[in-house]
Amino acid sequence: MSLIAQLPVLPVIIPLVLAPITLLLPKGRAPHLWATAVSWLTFASCAWLLMEVSEVGLISYYLGDWAPPLGIEYRIDLANALVLLLVSALAAVVFPFAYESVKAEIDERQSPYFYGALLICMTGLLGVTITGDAFNVFVFLEISSLSTYALIAMGARRDRRALTASFNYLVMGTIGATFFVIGIGLLYQATGTLNMADLHDKLIGQDNRMVQAGFAFILVGVGLKLAMFPMHLWLPNAYAYAPSAVTAFIAATATKVAVYVLIRFFFSVFNFDFPFIGAAFTYVLLPLGLAGMFIASLAAVFQDDVKRMLAYSSVAQIGYMLLGLSFATVEGLTASLVHVFNHALMKGALFMAVACVVLRAGSHSIHAFAGLSKRMPVTTWAFLISGLSLIGVPLTVGFVSKWYLLEAAFAAGHWYAGFLIVASSLIALLYIGRVAEVMLLREPATEGPYAIQEKDAPLSMLIPMWVLVAANIYFGVRTDLTGGLAERAAAALMTVAGGTP
Amino acid sequence: MEHLILKVTTKLLFAPIILFAFYVQFHGDYGPGGGFQAGIIFAVAFILHAFCFGLDETKKVLPQQALIVAMVIGVLFYAGTGVATMLLGGSFLGYDAIDPESTHHAGQHYGILLVEFGVGMTVAATMLTIFYHFTGREPDIDQKDW
Repeated sequence: MSLIAQLPVLPVIIPLVLAPITLLLPKGRAPHLWATAVSWLTFASCAWLLMEVSEVGLISYYLGDWAPPLGIEYRIDLANALVLLLVSALAAVVFPFAYESVKAEIDERQSPYFYGALLICMTGLLGVTITGDAFNVFVFLEISSLSTYALIAMGARRDRRALTASFNYLVMGTIGATFFVIGIGLLYQATGTLNMADLHDKLIGQDNRMVQAGFAFILVGVGLKLAMFPMHLWLPNAYAYAPSAVTAFIAATATKVAVYVLIRFFFSVFNFDFPFIGAAFTYVLLPLGLAGMFIASLAAVFQDDVKRMLAYSSVAQIGYMLLGLSFATVEGLTASLVHVFNHALMKGALFMAVACVVLRAGSHSIHAFAGLSKRMPVTTWAFLISGLSLIGVPLTVGFVSKWYLLEAAFAAGHWYAGFLIVASSLIALLYIGRVAEVMLLREPATEGPYAIQEKDAPLSMLIPMWVLVAANIYFGVRTDLTGGLAERAAAALMTVAGGTP
Repeated sequence: MEHLILKVTTKLLFAPIILFAFYVQFHGDYGPGGGFQAGIIFAVAFILHAFCFGLDETKKVLPQQALIVAMVIGVLFYAGTGVATMLLGGSFLGYDAIDPESTHHAGQHYGILLVEFGVGMTVAATMLTIFYHFTGREPDIDQKDW
């Protein structure tokens, strides 16, 4: 067997084969070590795959040796190689981080199930990203969603509200998935194929009601999954009550993968010849993106729970990604892809900092953060630096995203959008500043429910967290790495979609 | 000795149901059937047993822990077949690699048999686990919690 030939399937196969074994391991430390090792192996395979793709271009792999469009095809270009690397990298950082946090928040007897579900969730997210088959996207989307519902519900040991949050997400997520599969069904009816590249070819010139309805169903279905502004109501509670390590992982990856699916369907399945694509950009993504940026950011300012605050901020950040998309230019798409990558870095680091606070203070209310700089300085600075990155201060990844977005907005002639991006960044300054003020200037509580232990988080949590914080700065300085890749990916997507490059 | 008729009937039906499950399992290549259906039918035999004799009696035959192991082995059977074909030089689940010399794709038959066996095992174990949890209502109290 040549490893190179089998490489495209490895990111899915490694976790899929090794995750069930987690259930057979003795409870306690072993499942965690196993999951961490698997996540690193997967990360290595994804990094190798990205290098391959950036050298040779599109890679295609036929599952079971059945040629597409009949068989399932894994089709990897730069856009999904980048997202694959992102998901596996976040997993490789969050999994080692998880141990102490999970030990404190979850019954040790559930640890094999927990890490098993975490690995399956990662498998699903990677599968959604890697596949070139529209129905396969749905299958993997369900794999990742079902395990996410279970993972969120496991927060119930600390807070029973996790159960309703999880159930809410289950209902909304299932509606989203159903809409998505109805959309796929309508496209299948119109074309008789499920392979994305084949769908693209066969859809050309088919502007009828069925295709329009299929597109609308897919847009709404994926919109629910990625928490597009008015459909985001499941997200704040799900993020707030999930176990802290789970929040760090899914906040950084799950919605990003859904954004990727949206991009894939807009640009690789449909094309710009359909009038409804342009209409969706102008009348759906642009206004909803802008509305999300402001309304969700404003909602974040008034949250007393830091996890909920960051969750609302995630909804706002998804607004930026949709805004970038809606320009329908290479620059806009680049900005969107760069922000997908960068937002994962900053939200991952922020939620990891919150997890450290939850471990020591036992709460993620803003009161627990009072005087944190005196008790947990290392965690405080990690939160502050990634918070600055979220606002978009120069030398951090947040600045790079905003810069690309602004450039794209002005180039596309949406100058007002440029000003709105800056204005909504100022709201981010408000809610991050509010936490910063509490952390730096207040006196720590010495007694009562919010008293914090006099020591920082353990090294097993601090090191992964600072790896992400360092990535925030590294990719903020070396903008050519992410920006260059995203630009090439965007140009390739745009050529397929037939837009003006 | 109440419900004697039910108990005797269940004992009579138990073996034929399992036999039918195996028929559906292994005949799935040629006719309607396969791992999913067979797994459900297999689980039904034990669910019937639990209805008539009580959950505790069924758990003596098939404890929860054994079901978890069966679930894992089933998935590994499926994925392992895929990995085996990869090691033999084909793609993931490219069954032809099992018997490349064959002129009539015999590898496809071996491959799908192995995979369906894994599916059947996992489906049966999962169905029974769901049934155990719904009927048991409360989780079993662990030794440590006494």
